[in-house]
Order: sequence, then C-alpha cells, then structure tokens
Amino acid sequence: MERIAIVGVGQTKYEARKRGEIFYDMVYEVTDKAMKDAGFTLGDIDNVITVSNDFWDGRTISCMAVQEVAGAHDKNVSTVEGDGSFGAFYGAMRVLGGFGTTLVVAHSKGSEGDSKVITNAMFDPIYHRPLGLDAISSSALQANVYMERSGVTEEEFAHVSVKNHANAKNNPYAQLPMELTVDDVMRSKRIADPLRLLDCSPVSDGAAAIIIANEERAGKALKPPIWIKGVAHCSDAYFLGDRDLGDPRSLRDASQRAYAMAGVSDPLHEIDIVELYDAFSYMEPLWLEGMGFCDAGQGGKMVERGITTVDGELPVNPSGGVLSAHPVLVAGLARIIEVTLQLRSEASARQIDGAKTGLAHGINGPCGQSHCVWILGKE
Amino acid sequence: MTGESKEIELLTNDSGTLSMPYEWSIGKYGSLFFKYLREKRRFLGIRCPRCGKVMVPPRRICGPCFQDLGEKDIVELSDTGTIMAFSVVNYPFIDPATGLKRPIPYTYGYINIDGSDNIFSHVINGTDETKIKVGMKVRAVFREKMEGNIQDIKYFEIIR
Ligand SMILES: [Zn+2]
Repeated sequence: MERIAIVGVGQTKYEARKRGEIFYDMVYEVTDKAMKDAGFTLGDIDNVITVSNDFWDGRTISCMAVQEVAGAHDKNVSTVEGDGSFGAFYGAMRVLGGFGTTLVVAHSKGSEGDSKVITNAMFDPIYHRPLGLDAISSSALQANVYMERSGVTEEEFAHVSVKNHANAKNNPYAQLPMELTVDDVMRSKRIADPLRLLDCSPVSDGAAAIIIANEERAGKALKPPIWIKGVAHCSDAYFLGDRDLGDPRSLRDASQRAYAMAGVSDPLHEIDIVELYDAFSYMEPLWLEGMGFCDAGQGGKMVERGITTVDGELPVNPSGGVLSAHPVLVAGLARIIEVTLQLRSEASARQIDGAKTGLAHGINGPCGQSHCVWILGKE
Repeated sequence: MTGESKEIELLTNDSGTLSMPYEWSIGKYGSLFFKYLREKRRFLGIRCPRCGKVMVPPRRICGPCFQDLGEKDIVELSDTGTIMAFSVVNYPFIDPATGLKRPIPYTYGYINIDGSDNIFSHVINGTDETKIKVGMKVRAVFREKMEGNIQDIKYFEIIR
C-alpha cells in the first residue's frame, strides 16, 4: 500500500450535556483544531468526510447542516453514517484514490435525544423493535452468552470499569474520571443482567476530527506523521439471532487482515497500545479475544492479571476508553486520535513510554455487528 | 450595542412528542410467518438447500450462502425452544409497541426454536434471575386475539 498518514487531530472535551455548543459549533471547533495541529489552512484540505446520524441529530440528511463548519465550502464532501473509524476508513481510501488530503469529522449530541428510543430504532421494526431491545439490553444478552461460553465473570468485567475510569483521570478530554473499586462496580445499580450501571458507558456530547494525507503532503505537516500501516473492516449478520454473540468472527477477520497488511505476526508483542470500543465493560475482554491477543475465553483473565493496565504488557484504553466518554459515532475516531497522540508522545500524564505501534478499533451496529481495526505506527 | 455579555442565558427548544409514522411492509415471508402463527400457533422457518440450516423467521435469502430461498423451502417448526441467553432488565422505558411505560423488571430471552439453527429473540415470563437458566425449555404463549405481529406472542414460558 502507498504510504498514508494521520497528520492532524482535534477533539472537544466529552461532556454529558453541552448546552453552549450546538453540533455546528463542535464541528467547527475540531475542524479548526485538526487544521492547526497539522499546520494546514483551508486550502490544504482537498476533500472532506463528515460522519453523522439522522436519528441522533433529529434531522433528515443532517450531514448537509455541517458542511461549511467542516471546511467543505466549494469542496468534494461526502458522508458516512456510522462510527467515525469507518468514516476514517473511507477517508483513507480517498487519499489512496488520489486526493492529497482528507479531513474526517464526526459529531454527536447524545444528550439531545433519547438514547433508548434511538438505539431501539436500529433494530428490525417488524420482529425486534416492538420487544424494546436497545443498545443496553442487546449487549446484556451478549454479555450473558459470553459468560456462559467462556466462564468469564462479572468481577472480571468490573476490573475493566475500575481500570478505564482510573485511566480517565489522566485524560482531560474524558467525561467520567473515577476512582472505583471492583466492589463499587459490583454494588452499582443492576441495569440489565449481568450489566450494572458502572459496566455501562455514559451518554456524551462531543466531536472529533482527523486529517489523513499522502506521503508528499504529510511531509508538509507540522507534526511527525503517524503512518497507517494496516486497516480493515468486516461485518456480521444484522439479526442478533443469526450471529454467535459470544464469538466476534467479524473482529477476528478485520484484525487478521489489518495485521497482514501491517506485517504484524505476533500482535501481543508487536503492538504497544490498544484503544478499543468498550461501550460496556465486557466488550474489552471479548474484543481482546477477537483481536487475537489471547485465546478465546481468556480475555477476562488477561484483564484480571493486570496485563491491560497502563503499566502492563499491553496497555488497553489509557484514555479511559468509551466507558469514560461515549459520544456515539465520534468514539471510534477518538480511539484513533488517542493512539495518534500516544505515538507522537503527546499524551502527557497518560503517555505509554516508547509506544511505537498502536491498534485503534471502532464498531458499528448492535453488539459489534461490524468492526474496523487500525494499525498505526511511528515509522 | 451591548458589548460582550458576561453570561449568555443558554436556551433550548423542545421538539414535543412528535412521532414519525410509517407503514412498514412485512413482505411475503414475514406475512406467511405471522399468518401461520395466528392460524396454527406454530413457528415457520426456512431451510437453505445449500448449507441445510433452518432459519426463523423465514427470509428471502441465506446470507452466508447468498442463496435465494423460496416457498418450497419453508418448514414447520414447533412452538417450543431452548433458552440460549437471557437478561432481566431493570430500567424503565417507553414501550415502542404501545407508547406506554413498560412495567419493570422484564426478561429478554435469546431462544433457539426447536428444529432451527439460529436464535429467536423475545420475552420470557419470569424475572427472578436465580430461577432462569440457560438450557431451560420454553413454550410460546399467544395472546387471545392475534393480529399478525410480533406481539401475538405474549412471551415464552419456562416448561422445565
Ligand atoms: Zn445457506
């Protein structure tokens, strides 16, 4: 693959309710930040990808409402309706397709709608929506399947929440930095078995943007480029019942393809940091299994043994992860940004020393129907 | 005129409770499924001639095989199945089917209908998670007046 890189990043602070900023303001803020980070001006942006969802925005074709603040005035602009990691995938393809630079920007104001109603509406209206299934209850079923299958425990899930909320204390962008114990998580309110309140990510407002460039244009950026070594995505069946919820096949496929592209043969030893989409605590061990960092059923042990702490062998979600801020659509792009900051050694108090290669991950669809895996590198 | 204001009072606008009404087509296969449910109180599935798997509800293609499925491939199943996963839900929300607040707790079941190879999602009538176990057998309980939709199944009851 031709060498392409991330040369600019920008994100808002993630908050429960941004009253002062409408999504137009947030998109402007992060577009401007990403351009300044790259040392680029509007003329350096060749095309734009926006990421939005009409149900979350409460507006039909809501992408049309953010084009000018995305720097897309008089430009080629198109939209991805899905997680930002997939928007970035499209952005990378456009650079490979001939554009010198692509700006990708995602926004979400989860606080303005009703997350239960909106996530219920992602399900089939004939068979599933009337049952009331939503993001939380479908994930609870997945957690139950995972526990039955592998013997992973609720305490192991709780460890993820404790670790990630503690990591968030070092991330000024995170919404929920917290000092917790496993006991605090286990005693938090039962939401949908086996998930408790502190196993669930919050609803968040925020936006994020990145600029992807080809090698020539990356050379003109202010900061050292963070190279896209490998990237792939893969999708599984739409109906939950047509999938094996305890076996993330599509993540395994996407990971293997991304590793092959990046020349990674032993991910646990070759990857220095992982930022994954932990919308619920159980997702961290399940996704680690899908990514091949351990055997099926061993993800819980990996977390419990401290391998995934910031001081461990494989730091996972040093940013605090999605558990500490969950702007839907933006969250996958925030993972890519965190890995970029880590590889640039710009992650201040949460910096993982010597990080050279990182994995960023996003999901789309209920219970991780599709996964997008990025391998980023300093060299 | 007024210069920089010290603090702007931030306003919001409420959408009200406007709804977006649709009339969704159920399609041929779904219509057969709900009609059979209403008349025979049995599930219909569809068997892929290529991989042999039986899926419920019936649909136009087998996704993994990209195999076109026809009425000839429809098979009758029973009204019983096995719990593969479940979740007792404790948070309040507006039932999308009725617009009313659903009483909590209630339990979702991830149920393998006997004779099928995939999973059917519905509700189980029991909310004591210590009494529900993966592997238990369940039977569909139907409402009195069947209307041809998913709510015709009131819930699945545990039979053993
Ligand atoms: Zn088939």
